[in-house]
Amino acid sequence: MEIDRIDGRSPNQLRPLACSRGILNRAHGSASWSQGFPRDTKVLAAVYGPKAGTKKNENPERACIEVIWKPKTGQSGKQEKEYEMILKRTLQSICILTINPNTTTSIIIQVVQDDGSLLPCAINAACAALVDAGIPLKHLAVSICCCLASSGYVILDPTKQEEEGMKAFAYLVFPNSIKLILPEGSSHAQGERMEDGIVTSVTHGAMSVEDYFHCLDRGRAATAKLSDFLRRNLQPQVLADGSKAG
Amino acid sequence: MGLSNVVGDLSLEMEVDAFRRLFPLRFYERHLSESIRPDGRTLKSARDTSVALGAVASADGSALTKIGSTTMLAAAKMEVMTPSADAPDEGSIDCCFVAVEYYMPSICSPLVRPGRPAEIAPVISKQLYDTILSSGMIDLKELSLISGKAAWMVYLDIYCLDADGALFDAALLSAVAAFSHLRFPVVSLNDEGRLVMVPEEGNGDKSGKEVVNKEKRKLSLSSPPFSLTCALHKNYILADPTSEEEAVMETFVTVVLNSSGHLVSLYKPGGPVLTQTSVIQDCIALTRQRMKEVQEILDESISGMEID
Repeated sequence: MEIDRIDGRSPNQLRPLACSRGILNRAHGSASWSQGFPRDTKVLAAVYGPKAGTKKNENPERACIEVIWKPKTGQSGKQEKEYEMILKRTLQSICILTINPNTTTSIIIQVVQDDGSLLPCAINAACAALVDAGIPLKHLAVSICCCLASSGYVILDPTKQEEEGMKAFAYLVFPNSIKLILPEGSSHAQGERMEDGIVTSVTHGAMSVEDYFHCLDRGRAATAKLSDFLRRNLQPQVLADGSKAG
Repeated sequence: MGLSNVVGDLSLEMEVDAFRRLFPLRFYERHLSESIRPDGRTLKSARDTSVALGAVASADGSALTKIGSTTMLAAAKMEVMTPSADAPDEGSIDCCFVAVEYYMPSICSPLVRPGRPAEIAPVISKQLYDTILSSGMIDLKELSLISGKAAWMVYLDIYCLDADGALFDAALLSAVAAFSHLRFPVVSLNDEGRLVMVPEEGNGDKSGKEVVNKEKRKLSLSSPPFSLTCALHKNYILADPTSEEEAVMETFVTVVLNSSGHLVSLYKPGGPVLTQTSVIQDCIALTRQRMKEVQEILDESISGMEID
């Protein structure tokens, strides 16, 4: 039972990705991330910090992460507050917070265009911007949206139009493959376990438990492609920065 | 090694309360290794739960729920409004028929300062609204009075009176309880063709006006949602954490199941512990178990109401 997607993609196919870093002059790190062409979901992320001091009710022994979400139009409401909270907790879990205690790092997310899978797009953008700013990270995170049709069929990276007709969807964040940070062959057993883990999971709509695990498997399989893209995108600039410093 | 030895020695000499405040993580880890929690619960058991229906006399449906000392007061009010053109048969829970608002006044916790709203409150409101709608608990068609002309709008307000962990679980339970206590007010058409509320006492003489909704006075809830929050720490899973436990541990998974067994939400916002599939399965199994307990408690309080 195949599902025909309007843009002719196969169910597992992601939209074309584009990412550019260092596009804002005053920000300590910035990135734009877009999914899809010519109609796309596009998010701009800027990182300022680490700045001295933490907000009230935050632990001063650790670095504090602050996320500000700006919608495309209008004022931010409950939806934006929820996105801010999810993004903040997700980024907290990938940053090494003990390196810069009693500092605040602000991440500002500006939605440029929303054509579905907005939150995953923003998480990917924020992650690229953190790397651009040189904030110490444990690992990268890659995020994807899985949609479940009423027939039980799963499609990845839906557009806005596809999102609307769906029974349920799940935003999933996985850790990037460990190959990036550890030399090949070392602690392979542990590496495999980590890739099985989920950083963040947010779902909307009712689905059966089996369908959720199905989404999880499909999403995890697709993240390899995403993390390859992220790695390719980050590497050349890292090398260039290194030669500049040398 | 040095530090852990020092802490170990201190724990023998120090008073328990002092140790608990100075080294909260060590304090909890010592308990967890013995499979017990400081309040005497096992790792996978939830706190005592109670539901009292009809706590607010002026509301059309209300409930006061307690999970341990976390206390939530939920009250629902109904209003007649005109449904949107694209769904003329449906009532509304927001843009067209239910509005959910969750409040955290400064009375509930030392972390909430007066005048500055709690960060978490709008997030929980949004989650509650999404959960109530996507669980399919309320058939929006039931909120319709006259197709295309009039429908019920439900305003649900939830106040947190005491925030001692597992806020979403308690808020959702109070919402479900308030909906199950909900009774539609009697309305009739007035001379200008508008629907007006009929005061309850005036049932004897309605001055000739016809009551529109005579037979339908109750919302039938199909498959209400129930949730359980679990804190993850290393390999331990702690069901229904208190606020003290929430401060020490950093990874939480909230599972919402509806009574027909569907997964309504699986919410894990980050956290240092990565969850494996097996952990998620454990959390879902715990939620199933918890759902049975909570449903019994709720059914008991509903049948208690009906006898009265």
